[in-house]
Amino acid sequence: MDVFSSLADGFAVALTWQNLGLALVGCFLGTIIGALPGLGPSNGVAILIPLAFTLGLPATPALILLTSVYYGAMYGGRISSILLNIPGDEPALMTTLDGYPMTKQGRAGEALALSGIASFVGAFFATWGLVFLAPQLVKVALLFGPAEYFALFTLAFATLGGIAARNQAKAVMAAALGLGVAMIGVDHQTGVPRLTFGEIHLYEGIHFLIAIVGLFAISEVFLFLEHANGTAPKASDTKLNRITAPLSMLKKTSGTMARSTVVGFIAGVLPGAGASLGSFVSYTIEKRMADKEGTFGTGDPRGVAAPEAGNNAAAGGALVPMLALGVPGSGTTAVLLAMLMALNITPGPLLFTQQPDVVWGLIAALFIGNIMLLLLNVPMVGLFVRVLQVPTKYLMPAVAMISFVGIYGLSGSTFDLMVMIIFGVAGYLLRKLDVPLVPVILGILLGNEMEKNMRRALTISDGDYSILWGSPMAIGIWCLAILGFIAPLVVGRFFRPKKDATVAP
Amino acid sequence: MSDRVLGGTCLVLALLYILFATQIRVGFISDPMGPKVFPIVIGVALALGSLYVLFRPDPEPLWPAFGRVGEIVLAVLVMVLYTYALPHVGFTISTTFAAGILSWRLGASPLAASIAGVVIAVSIFVIFRTILGLSLALGPMGF
Repeated sequence: MDVFSSLADGFAVALTWQNLGLALVGCFLGTIIGALPGLGPSNGVAILIPLAFTLGLPATPALILLTSVYYGAMYGGRISSILLNIPGDEPALMTTLDGYPMTKQGRAGEALALSGIASFVGAFFATWGLVFLAPQLVKVALLFGPAEYFALFTLAFATLGGIAARNQAKAVMAAALGLGVAMIGVDHQTGVPRLTFGEIHLYEGIHFLIAIVGLFAISEVFLFLEHANGTAPKASDTKLNRITAPLSMLKKTSGTMARSTVVGFIAGVLPGAGASLGSFVSYTIEKRMADKEGTFGTGDPRGVAAPEAGNNAAAGGALVPMLALGVPGSGTTAVLLAMLMALNITPGPLLFTQQPDVVWGLIAALFIGNIMLLLLNVPMVGLFVRVLQVPTKYLMPAVAMISFVGIYGLSGSTFDLMVMIIFGVAGYLLRKLDVPLVPVILGILLGNEMEKNMRRALTISDGDYSILWGSPMAIGIWCLAILGFIAPLVVGRFFRPKKDATVAP
Repeated sequence: MSDRVLGGTCLVLALLYILFATQIRVGFISDPMGPKVFPIVIGVALALGSLYVLFRPDPEPLWPAFGRVGEIVLAVLVMVLYTYALPHVGFTISTTFAAGILSWRLGASPLAASIAGVVIAVSIFVIFRTILGLSLALGPMGF
């Protein structure tokens, strides 16, 4: 099996003392970031990318550090959902439904331990899914030409707008705004400056990291300023008894975990879905299948295990299209794509053939990170619970200042910081107006690549636009794109969890 | 109403965007599609989305009270001033002030906020500059 030999090579890359140390630091930092109020995986990783970038770490160690942070943040997000009924990030929303009632019954420790184990199960098996599915997808992707790629990018926007947004028109606007920002700068093919208005700083375009940090992190500070209550939860709310899950409970929830892992993984692989949908769908399906006594929502352990296994499996599944096609389907994978691009790595089929050490090193790092997180989380959850007590009135200024430091470190330019503040204000307004931010980010990230493929296709056909739907494969992708955009309108909106604008993306 | 403002603003933005896109000067050598078409397509997509939102707005979002909007404007001002102060005053002093003011406006008492400002500035400086060796804005005094 060449998959196993590649994976063994990956472990050889990842298993050095330096990389293991970075993975440990990343997992630890990530869990804290996830547990902190107002910081989720997306904005947590977004703040750290410029820092890791300016530190000058080589690609593989930087990748290991940041993916560990990402996985850690996914773990950490559940702590505040269970203890305080406040989801630390969007995917953790469903965990509040049964997690918080368990806390009220005095079973917070059990819920935390169980969710840690369920997260591990979901993430671990999803990573195996990634190992086997991604190379298959790469084989298909190698047949793609520029026209197919253009269709594929459209598919990503269409499904993202269709599934993840509540108002399709706003998703279209968001994608167009992001793509519009990406167009600024010197055109790569003709060398003509576009939409720069003679401003020399804009010739290189707006760096995506500036936009991401502004949209995610700075806008968060403004959201917190809406309320004057920058206080922390009382210590009594976060008191824990024993932090173990009894074996009988694990036995009872094993079926739930298995089903939710599969459901979550499939939801994650679908473009546009990501972890939020994964946790939502697994919880809903589990409720329909297993909830015969009507105990879901009142502190049923299965109601904790299902969304946790589901969201972590979906996070792993979402990496399949991101790594194999270079097309992320969710907010968090979009941030991971930004991370890869900042390290000068272009995901896609060529990555697997040309830089296999990066891919398999990353996958090995995911396995290592998972095991570390389980070992860190179950005994050390008490420490992470303390983190919840950091009041936002001290936390948010620190977040803002670290964002400034990171972006300043990129270029040392005042202009970039101003652009970041503008994106922060825009992000705040868009979030208030319920315009999804993920298509904006995706547009900024993919805009140039999308245009490049379209123009390449037209160069091949010498200006004949019909090449864009000229092959059966391209037609297939277009049909999926249209279906993905329209189906949620027809099927109805029950597939969508209710979102709160104040929840960290 | 908010959505109508959003739709209207973005519609104007889209039309301006298309106008600017048509004014891109195409060089002597160009590919068949050229650098203009894609931006124009984006502008059209933005305009269509804006039109829909303009005529079918969502329910009004929950805007903060007037005073709180003032807080946000103040925070933006602090950040802008901070950006311009960085190269002149140096990292530590400007960060102390910016972080302190933000913390004060988020509900900390003035004394606690000033301590928070100093702690945040000094700890970022020590962690990122002294330990990790990142380049910070040092200013004329070197810190």
